Amino acid sequence: MPKVKVPRKSTLIDMTAMCDVAFLLLTFFMLTTQFKSDESVIVDLPSSISEIKLPDTDILNITIRADGKVFFNIDNKNFARERLLSKISEKYPELQFTPEEVKAFVLTGSIGVPLNQLKGYLALDDFARKTYDQPGIPVDSTNNELGTWIMQGRLSNPNVRITIKGDQACPWPIVKKVMNTLQDKNVNKFNLITDLEADPNKLKGI
Amino acid sequence: MAELEQKQVGKKGKKKKGRKKMSTRIDLTPMVDLGFLLVTFFMLTTTFSKPQTMEINLPVKPKGEVTTEEENAVKASKALTLIIDGENKIYWYQGLPGKDNLPAVTNFSAEGVRKILLEKNITIQDMVVLIKPTDEANYKNVVDILDEMNITNIKRYALVDVTSVDLDLIKNL
Repeated sequence: MPKVKVPRKSTLIDMTAMCDVAFLLLTFFMLTTQFKSDESVIVDLPSSISEIKLPDTDILNITIRADGKVFFNIDNKNFARERLLSKISEKYPELQFTPEEVKAFVLTGSIGVPLNQLKGYLALDDFARKTYDQPGIPVDSTNNELGTWIMQGRLSNPNVRITIKGDQACPWPIVKKVMNTLQDKNVNKFNLITDLEADPNKLKGI
Repeated sequence: MAELEQKQVGKKGKKKKGRKKMSTRIDLTPMVDLGFLLVTFFMLTTTFSKPQTMEINLPVKPKGEVTTEEENAVKASKALTLIIDGENKIYWYQGLPGKDNLPAVTNFSAEGVRKILLEKNITIQDMVVLIKPTDEANYKNVVDILDEMNITNIKRYALVDVTSVDLDLIKNL
């Protein structure tokens, strides 16, 4: 029987095209996305048809988790976080912070501890701070620390825009308390952070 | 898989000294690996969408006591009240509530509250919508209602605290 000659083919594949695709995707992702913020508080946002985009800086954010815990966050533009902490120290002379604690405060994300626990929270190391279950900032009428944070936050960065990031399932009375606090501090204009939803009016036009 | 073929130059071919003929083909596999590694990295560490926001303006809190007459300054004939209750229910009535004007129940769907709002917006001139979330309502409900206002293009609405009268009304339904 004659041998069937199998032509020997090279197993080499030209990778140029695949390389092109890989770098095309890479460029696409680099240009269209932005880094996830280091956020330890997870909320499920409600959706709205509003299409206003949020700027990256000058944001004072109040996060309300589904269980009603309130968190405070401000971005560190022009060292606003450092100023904020020194203003807190001015207001509460018993709260003085070491340089290490200031550094920890600048680097950490949302704050959700009462002022009397803040020192202890900042003393934790990075990993412990991320996993620590924060009790939330008090917003009761007798002890409204959120008001203090908002006030001092606005003083440390006057251009700040106030946003509320609430969980869908968060009970309304808590949100009302937060809004009342804002109104007490003469903040009558603020933004609610939402996910995008299709506008039924526009859908009709298609 | 290196494709850089190094051709062994035979000893006989010594005539031409110097340059070996090198293939111009380079193995791109490691580069592809690197490319996809970076793609994966960017896919996992970045987010696409910037968050959307909905801007709301609340009225300035009045200083001092406010009388009930001032609070009820909205003309009853032009008012449409939506009471947002738990379990995604909305009670609504037009004007002043009473025995012959009991609140009706609706929901958050397009056929529910949106239809009512669109109809009433035509029949009532200068309609003002009063949104009264009860303590059972959640944040999503309120944002949804504010969103309905945007969808139906109603410019005049207010977030109001629910009164005990309203609560009694819906309790008895």
